Amino acid sequence: MSSVFFMLTMGLYFVSTVCYLAYLLRRAETLSKVSLGITAAGFATHTVALVARMTDTSQAQLPTFHEALSFFSWMLILVFLAVEFRRQLHVLGSFIVPLALVSLVTAAAFRSDEASTLQPVFKTLWVHVTLSMLGTVGFAVAFVAGVMYLIQDGLLKSKRFNVLYAKLPALDYLDHLNQQSIVMGFPLLTLGIISGAFSAEIVRGTYVNWNPEQTWAMVTWGFYFAVLVGRLTIGWRAKRAAYLTIIGFAGVILTLIGVVLKSHGSVS
Amino acid sequence: MHVIVVGLSHKTAPVEIREKLAVPESRLREALSRLCTYPGVREGLLLSTCNRVEVYAVVEDLESGYGRVQEFLADTHLSLSSEHLTPHLYWHAGDRAIGHLFRVASSLDSMIVGESQILGQIKDAFEVALTHKASGLLLNKIVKKAISVAKRVRTETKIAETAVSVSYAAVELAKKIFSNLTEKSVLLIGAGEMAKLAARHLIANGVRQVRITTRNFQHGLELAQKFNGTAVPFEDYKTELAAADIVLVSTGASHYLVTADDVQRAMRQRMSRPMFLIDISVPRNIDPAVRPIDDAFLFDIDDLHMRVEQNREDRLREAAKAEQMVVEEVAVLGQWLQSLEVTPTIVALRSRTEEIKRREVDKVLARLTHLTTEDRAAVEALASAIVNKMVHGTMVTLKTEATSSSGAAYVDAARRFFSLEETQPAYSSGQTEGQGAPERNGPGHEAGGFPEPSLVQHTTKEPGRRGR
Repeated sequence: MSSVFFMLTMGLYFVSTVCYLAYLLRRAETLSKVSLGITAAGFATHTVALVARMTDTSQAQLPTFHEALSFFSWMLILVFLAVEFRRQLHVLGSFIVPLALVSLVTAAAFRSDEASTLQPVFKTLWVHVTLSMLGTVGFAVAFVAGVMYLIQDGLLKSKRFNVLYAKLPALDYLDHLNQQSIVMGFPLLTLGIISGAFSAEIVRGTYVNWNPEQTWAMVTWGFYFAVLVGRLTIGWRAKRAAYLTIIGFAGVILTLIGVVLKSHGSVS
Repeated sequence: MHVIVVGLSHKTAPVEIREKLAVPESRLREALSRLCTYPGVREGLLLSTCNRVEVYAVVEDLESGYGRVQEFLADTHLSLSSEHLTPHLYWHAGDRAIGHLFRVASSLDSMIVGESQILGQIKDAFEVALTHKASGLLLNKIVKKAISVAKRVRTETKIAETAVSVSYAAVELAKKIFSNLTEKSVLLIGAGEMAKLAARHLIANGVRQVRITTRNFQHGLELAQKFNGTAVPFEDYKTELAAADIVLVSTGASHYLVTADDVQRAMRQRMSRPMFLIDISVPRNIDPAVRPIDDAFLFDIDDLHMRVEQNREDRLREAAKAEQMVVEEVAVLGQWLQSLEVTPTIVALRSRTEEIKRREVDKVLARLTHLTTEDRAAVEALASAIVNKMVHGTMVTLKTEATSSSGAAYVDAARRFFSLEETQPAYSSGQTEGQGAPERNGPGHEAGGFPEPSLVQHTTKEPGRRGR
């Protein structure tokens, strides 16, 4: 059952991505309502798919890369719906929904592939994966806010007052969204890394062994730590923060690739 | 009965005429009661703003109604004669009059398309007409509809969303940099008119902290008082820059007062918090070299003008949508008005009762199969007699009241009592419209702009030609 709903979700996210991208180029606001409706429907089927997968006892009770990505995409949409509900920031959908779609499609590529299943059978691994993914959602939203910031900044600087200019929110709101996302994502990633170290200790008897995934995770952590401290102390905000969070998210993606590359072996 | 409008606006009359005709609020009541004393004028509403003076009225006879209202307008000012006014007036009746009101209320006929003041002015005029009982069933319905149409236009189009003045464009841009202006501070360097206006707009949009610096410190103090801000000595303006989120410069200086170095220094102190600089002076007072500095956003007078120009185009695009809505709404109201005509109501009443009778008789006769032909005829005759006697009084009343002042109310009541609402009355064609001077941009004034159906059936000559 979960696979039917999963495919349905993917279809809905695809349609809503198309709608949201069209919304960017058109003046009409009605398209945002259509897109939001489709996204909400996709979110519902996605929730069903996730629950079905969790309760399906025939599957091994392990977090797989597929599940992690699917969960990531689900959380992204959840965050978007929450922001949309509070701020009516339709244009955010044009950035977040495509990202959610990409991660879901990637998840589909790893679906039911036994080889890519994360190996160890410990509860701590669930905690590790969940926390890391929540942290990643924070960085993803920061990344999206950063991209939107740079676009709006560019439009204002070049005085191109087009449709996109009209739809994007104020610069300081985007900067604020960027900050909030990192402030929420960073502690979650920190906890994710700690719980990861514990699982590694249980599996291999060592907390850290500096495999590519761990290395990248630590680099990413250090980077976001610097971004956060820089913002709070020496004014790394606005445009600089936007650039930094975009670079940081690239680091996150590399970490995830690291997970995939070594998923045939043991996982921390 | 005819719904008419006679009036003039900024499109047809110069300000010298408009100011003479304008009725101050204190005299509105007296003017309205005078309007209603003219014979043949059943209902009246007087809309007087600085851009238009219009009389909406329900009159018994179209031609004399136009004349009476024109007389009334000429009488409002001693130095104006009816002939004097004629070239500036426009006359509309029926759907065109209603369409005109809808367009005016939706701010499609305004000097600045999309401005919101006019709706409030119509509401006020309506309030006065209501309290003095100058308006009745027809005008009440029409004006209420006009208000709802205006609201629909406002919510469903973006006609009023964008700035159409340079000073307001500054606010609009500020809102794309700062989501909340309340905690932002403004530094006003120099006190050009436009900058003062922009500062006023910013304050109206929430800015609380205003600092002002002018070469003449005394002048600065006075302005500071006016804006509820603080005056800063002119020599200090460079050091004050860093604390300002919004910098408005407009002085008569012929050189750059704010250089790239100044802004760079300020940005360092601000730790990259964005800064919005507006240069409304010509020659410019802020060095354009400021533009590439990160997180500093400089806009000069040309940028603001460009923004306003774009917005104007946007508004006109939205106005086209709004015109379509007006056409739709006029058609809807036209149907209601049409239904208030007596003859179609009587026809509808007759066919409704006939239909009920037919149904009931058929039902009974189907069961009483043993009846002879004569018996069947007797049953039918009985049913007809009852039905006719029942509605006879109503029909007579409708016919006799048709010409009275409350005729429309009787028709409305009859239609409700006998549930005639779903019956669509046949449309009558025929349109009268006249203009003292041509109006532009309105489908309501072009052939085929409004649908044919009309409340009024008339084939009178075009009154617009009168006096020419």
